Amino acid sequence: MEVKILTQHYDKPEYKSLDGYKKYDGYNQLKKALTLKPDEITEMVKQAGLRGRGGAGFPAGVKWSFLPKNNKTRYLICNADEGEPGTFKDREMMDKAPHQLIEGMIISAFAIGSPKSYIYIRGEYFESKKIVEQAIKEAYENNLLGDNILKSGFSHHMDIYSGAGAYICGEETGLISSLEGKKGQPKLKPPFPAVEGYLANPTIVNNVETLASVTVIIRDGVDGYRKHGTEKSPGTKLFSVSGNVVKPGNYEVPLGYPLKDIIFNLCGGLKEGRKLKAVIPGGSSAPVLNAEEAMSVNMDYEDLASKGSMLGSGAIIVIDDSNSMVELLKVLMNFYHHESCGQCTPCREGTGWLLKLSNSILSGSANLNDVALLEKVASHMKGKTICALSDAAAFPVLSFVSKFKEEFTSYATSNVALKFQATNVQSYKRG
Amino acid sequence: MFTISEKTKKFITKEVSRYETKRSAIIPCLFELQKDNQGWISNDCIESLSQFMDIPSKDINEVFHFYTMFNKKSVGDFHIQVCCNISCHMNGGLDLFKVLSDEFKIEKNGVSKDSLAISKVECLGSCGTAPMMQVNEKYYENLTKDKAIQVIKDLIASKKTN
Ligand SMILES: Cc1cc2nc3c(=O)[nH]c(=O)nc-3n(C[C@H](O)[C@H](O)[C@H](O)COP(=O)(O)O)c2cc1C
Ligand code: SF4
Ligand code: FES
Repeated sequence: MEVKILTQHYDKPEYKSLDGYKKYDGYNQLKKALTLKPDEITEMVKQAGLRGRGGAGFPAGVKWSFLPKNNKTRYLICNADEGEPGTFKDREMMDKAPHQLIEGMIISAFAIGSPKSYIYIRGEYFESKKIVEQAIKEAYENNLLGDNILKSGFSHHMDIYSGAGAYICGEETGLISSLEGKKGQPKLKPPFPAVEGYLANPTIVNNVETLASVTVIIRDGVDGYRKHGTEKSPGTKLFSVSGNVVKPGNYEVPLGYPLKDIIFNLCGGLKEGRKLKAVIPGGSSAPVLNAEEAMSVNMDYEDLASKGSMLGSGAIIVIDDSNSMVELLKVLMNFYHHESCGQCTPCREGTGWLLKLSNSILSGSANLNDVALLEKVASHMKGKTICALSDAAAFPVLSFVSKFKEEFTSYATSNVALKFQATNVQSYKRG
Repeated sequence: MFTISEKTKKFITKEVSRYETKRSAIIPCLFELQKDNQGWISNDCIESLSQFMDIPSKDINEVFHFYTMFNKKSVGDFHIQVCCNISCHMNGGLDLFKVLSDEFKIEKNGVSKDSLAISKVECLGSCGTAPMMQVNEKYYENLTKDKAIQVIKDLIASKKTN
């Protein structure tokens, strides 16, 4: 069963507008938050255990408390760049519930003492941008944004900024470079953006879903928020399910929900006659799970980590037995090679090699040494670069090859009879 | 030299004071300029923008070359972008790209007689409604080959009647 908290009113067309949003309790949590002390809100977010929903899963309240106590202007940036293949949850929220995001942002801005925020939205989301722009305008007209918000003495200004087509701008320091009007190249951390971010000012970057969840914490309180999910992974999470399921889409379930139930109950399972082969559980950068692992894993940060993968952005890509893992890996390597910003040698050169090798394995022109080389190159790309894109390219390679080794070797040995057999689910186990 | 329209000049003037630094206005201004120049940006456009914004052209070029949504050559009246990333790929994205490329013959200059350009693109955040394509600013989702062809034919026809 879905637990609809963030998505509760998605089905109501009027929810997009301020009037419609207000009909369902909209902006009441902002009113409540403005009567609290900013530090109390940060503490609540910490206690609620809200972890970042954009990919890295860092505890939001803890990040906020890294802000230095100086009198520099603090900025809040909503990361709405949503580029991780398989992910489409932020887009739906902006399209159907833009005020949910804006209310969460004003509350968060109040908590961290920020007079100015930006929503950095990916360039291709023209429709969503129009919807959010309209919602910001309505908020200004009703003194929910601007000076002296609802006579509280707190002032906050919000603007939207459109990206122009670069996955790397989803990485928070790349995003900040882009917002500053430069190419979107990530910067070495530390300093972290909380200390030195946008124009060298203290800056908090959070994902759309993270910021919208802050409103829920204000409404339900720490205990209420923790009613859903597990002790270590509290709350609900939006999962974008795509690939080979009957009913793809966004589903909201408590963290800790079995992946098997998402696929086979909520999403209607696979097509007639198909078997589960693999699942990428957290966006294309997350290590792949084989069918057996997928059938037993629960969707929370800890259980996925125990299976060697991660929750990432919450994008579940379901792969049935009609697919070739070699082919899918090549598709992903094409992506990472295209999106590497080129600053770090292991990433720039490495993604090129990964693409070249996976391509030659796929076309049957490679041998077993090339499969070994593919793994070797990937293992040299981890933890050596400015940002995590290099790791994100290496993870799929290492997990695809180790879990579906027979398939990779069959492509690499010219034994045509051994080549990928669509009906066979790989049973190769890790370790 | 490319002449920036009065409307775009107004836009640029507003954008330049909208953000904390002038540089942040480069991306929005390039988008606007691209609309002015039939969907792509030439070196002349960059020079004119550089003069009007009073920003060195190397700063503008840095941005222009980094982002894929700024077109380096003409993409015709309709830029058809078919997602071929993983979820679309599993649902026929690549086939769709091939079918469309066959159906609407692209000439040497990259544009068809009907003024279409077709590109393969990476994930557009519409993976639950795969396969999908973006034409100019609009998404078309849950496509079949026939549906996609029809959408494009309708667009071409609508241009002719306008
Ligand atoms: C290559 C790369 C791409 C990323 N893309 C996104 C993205 O599209 N959206 C997002 O929210 N976070 C993305 N992130 C994570 C951000 O760097 C950052 O951790 C996040 O925005 C913080 O917000 P959160 O703590 O609320 O998740 C990406 C990270 C990397 C390394
Ligand atoms: S790891 Fe790759 S994407 Fe990240 S900064 Fe280095 S080259 Fe750029
Ligand atoms: S994979 Fe095609 S839209 Fe995401």
